[in-house]
Amino acid sequence: MTSADRPATVGAVRPAADNVVVLRGVHYAVDDKPVFRGLDVSMCRGSVTAIMGPSGTGKTTLLRLITGQIKADAGEVLVDGLEVARLGRLDLYALRRRMGMLFQNGALLTDLDVFENVAFPLREHTRLPESLLRIIVLTKLHAVGLRGAAALMPQQLSGGMARRVALARAIVMDPEILIYDEPFAGLDPISMGVVMRLIRSLNEALGITSIVVSHDVREIAQIADESYLLSEGQVVASGSPQQLRDHPSPIVKQFMEGLADGPVPFHYPAPDYREQLLGGGEGA
Amino acid sequence: MRAVAGEFLQSFLSFLERIGRLARFSFQLLALTPGGLLRGRLLIEQVYNAGALSLVIIMTCGLFVGMVLGLQGHELLQRFGSVEMLGSGAALTLLKELGPVVTALLFAGRAGTALASEIGLMRATDQLSAMEIMAVDPMRRVVLPRFLGGAIAMPLLTAVFVVVGIYGVQLIGVQFFGIDQGQFWSQMRGSVELRDVREGLVKGVAFGVACSLIAVYEGYHADPTAEGVGRATTRTVVISAVVTLLLDYILTALMI
Repeated sequence: MTSADRPATVGAVRPAADNVVVLRGVHYAVDDKPVFRGLDVSMCRGSVTAIMGPSGTGKTTLLRLITGQIKADAGEVLVDGLEVARLGRLDLYALRRRMGMLFQNGALLTDLDVFENVAFPLREHTRLPESLLRIIVLTKLHAVGLRGAAALMPQQLSGGMARRVALARAIVMDPEILIYDEPFAGLDPISMGVVMRLIRSLNEALGITSIVVSHDVREIAQIADESYLLSEGQVVASGSPQQLRDHPSPIVKQFMEGLADGPVPFHYPAPDYREQLLGGGEGA
Repeated sequence: MRAVAGEFLQSFLSFLERIGRLARFSFQLLALTPGGLLRGRLLIEQVYNAGALSLVIIMTCGLFVGMVLGLQGHELLQRFGSVEMLGSGAALTLLKELGPVVTALLFAGRAGTALASEIGLMRATDQLSAMEIMAVDPMRRVVLPRFLGGAIAMPLLTAVFVVVGIYGVQLIGVQFFGIDQGQFWSQMRGSVELRDVREGLVKGVAFGVACSLIAVYEGYHADPTAEGVGRATTRTVVISAVVTLLLDYILTALMI
């Protein structure tokens, strides 16, 4: 099912209980530099929600807020009704056991082979007999097409394979929420297609709520039910990928069409180019 | 003048802050230690990494230190006509001082840097964050076993160093200079007491705890960049060496 077939969620009135992740009026700053200024985002249970935006808009920071790795300066971050910032360590860990996360670089444990990497959460959190553990791990590896790579070490994997092993590890505990941080970055077209299909099929087969941070507009459009476009610490647009494409805002247009000129400057603030080149000053 | 005083005060405050963080880190590790000792497989793995993998360098250096001690000791004792004391003198020197100190310095250079860079790289490559997200405490799963492994391996390595060192002394004294074998060993047996062995053991444990703690602390708090990991590794060696010598003085003064 493509996004075109799915009903648009923007503007639809959903019961509050349907939102598994809610960020309300979130403010967050790093070294007095604001990252979020009153951010409001909600993610529907069982859907694929895409978080998009230019580099440096705090997409990964948003994921860190949801997983409780950092705390908001103001506002609320609720996951399944629980306010993440107020949870103690044990409660936070209990909540995290219901989540899975795919890191941008895979973040596989380099001293363990592929099998043990996938088995890691099971070994840490369960007392399953070895035979059952083996079956679960091989099933998950089969789902990502890497059952045959079980004995390889992370150093022997390509970027795409590492990402798929990390995905198998992320789903091994059957999480309710699956978070993907830039799942397509640096992948070749084949690996990208495989990962894309995996995200969608896992979401449909297991009923997982998926949150995908990416700026690959075309790929996201194929798998997301709803997308949020962030810029300057706020949501500038939200809706189905098609609705974002038709959005009249220049900033949305610039991002969706990948234009260099627009409200989001391509260049980091700098002195006049001509003056700097001809000025004869030393260094940068 | 005021600027210099301000800078000094700033450095002093940041030093105190560092000590405070290290103390808090140590208490955290201490609180987790009973549980960590129960995770046998992880612990054995780390004792192997810190201990068994350091054996070659420890044994090689122990042999050379012993041989140098044999040459120097023989030269010195010959002046006083008491070369037969070589065995006891060398054994006491190795047991009480050279063994624990040189082993600690070698341990910091081999196992300490390996621990710091491994943990630092795990942070730089998001492996520690991934564990956090998987609801696995990196302090419990990564830091504690490595700390305990190092702390257990260090006294064992000290013992190996001393034994190989004594063999090196014997090689020079008995085999090369022809000191009577019986005299060499009996002098040694007669002069080395249990408290000398205890002193070496206490130092080995203290240096092991200190060097392992410094290594895991520096690795865990390394900046998540290549430069940050490099800095943490360098700091591990430098701080471990200084702390080892400082502790050596304090322990010697207390036990002499």
